[in-house]
Amino acid sequence: MIKNKFTMTLQSRSFNESFVRAAVAAFVLQLDPTLEEISDIKTAVSEAVTNCIVHAYKEKLGNIYITAEIYDDNLLKLKIRDKGCGIENISKAMEPLFTTVGGERAGLGFAVMQSFMDTIKVRSAVGKGTTVYLTKKISQRFNVNG
Amino acid sequence: MSVEINVTGEVVTAYLSGELDHHTAKEMRQAIDAAIELNMPTLVILDFKGITFMDSSGIGLVMGRYRLLQKTGADLHITETPPNIYKVFRLSGIEKLAKLESR
Ligand SMILES: Nc1ncnc2c1ncn2[C@@H]1O[C@H](COP(=O)(O)OP(=O)(O)OP(=O)(O)O)[C@@H](O)[C@H]1O
Ligand SMILES: [Mg+2]
Repeated sequence: MIKNKFTMTLQSRSFNESFVRAAVAAFVLQLDPTLEEISDIKTAVSEAVTNCIVHAYKEKLGNIYITAEIYDDNLLKLKIRDKGCGIENISKAMEPLFTTVGGERAGLGFAVMQSFMDTIKVRSAVGKGTTVYLTKKISQRFNVNG
Repeated sequence: MSVEINVTGEVVTAYLSGELDHHTAKEMRQAIDAAIELNMPTLVILDFKGITFMDSSGIGLVMGRYRLLQKTGADLHITETPPNIYKVFRLSGIEKLAKLESR
């Protein structure tokens, strides 16, 4: 059962990278995550949002749609969506070190999301956009009543 | 975000602080590269003690500096890396290019 949810839409401005990951981290606090879990989630969110800005919309402005949901058993589900250029070959794009932008990009964004979250699913259509689904179960540390 | 540069002999140390992401990486890169060009070091140390957040943009920054330094054969060290940043570096296999030390 869903226990809480927030959605937001922002412009693809690079300043918003830090804003989105801070907002998601603050939302997740209700699950009493460890510092490591917060850091993992912030890093994964930053990767997905940066990809919308750098790849999906390139230098143009577009909207980024974020949804965060909390389910039973401390399950966090995140959705990061853009209406940008889309990905032609998703499995190739997700390979470590694969990048279509040379120079200063490592090609490790998807590898980071994969390693820092429990599951990742990517849906994309060329010319229509991309949605990244991420989930992570937050550890239940103390058995607090309620 | 800030970069402080210290030059001692042939060693350039860049003390990085704040959040390292796609938004801040460019300014950090420009500060580091300016110091490299000016001083022609044989060793560059990137000190991550003050970095509170880093995503793969930070890995790209280090890889780019490694490539730049290869032209002159200079070494690259990453020091004082906080645990959450260290975790991102470990995933990248950056140790093959630069000496990596945790805090
Ligand atoms: N939202 C997106 N829209 C369009 N293309 C994307 C999107 N996300 C990723 N891609 C494509 O997938 C490739 C791999 O993405 P990934 O995040 O793994 O690496 P990167 O962004 O190139 O480099 P890094 O994340 O290490 O800075 C990108 O180079 C890009 O071609
Ligand atoms: Mg990326």
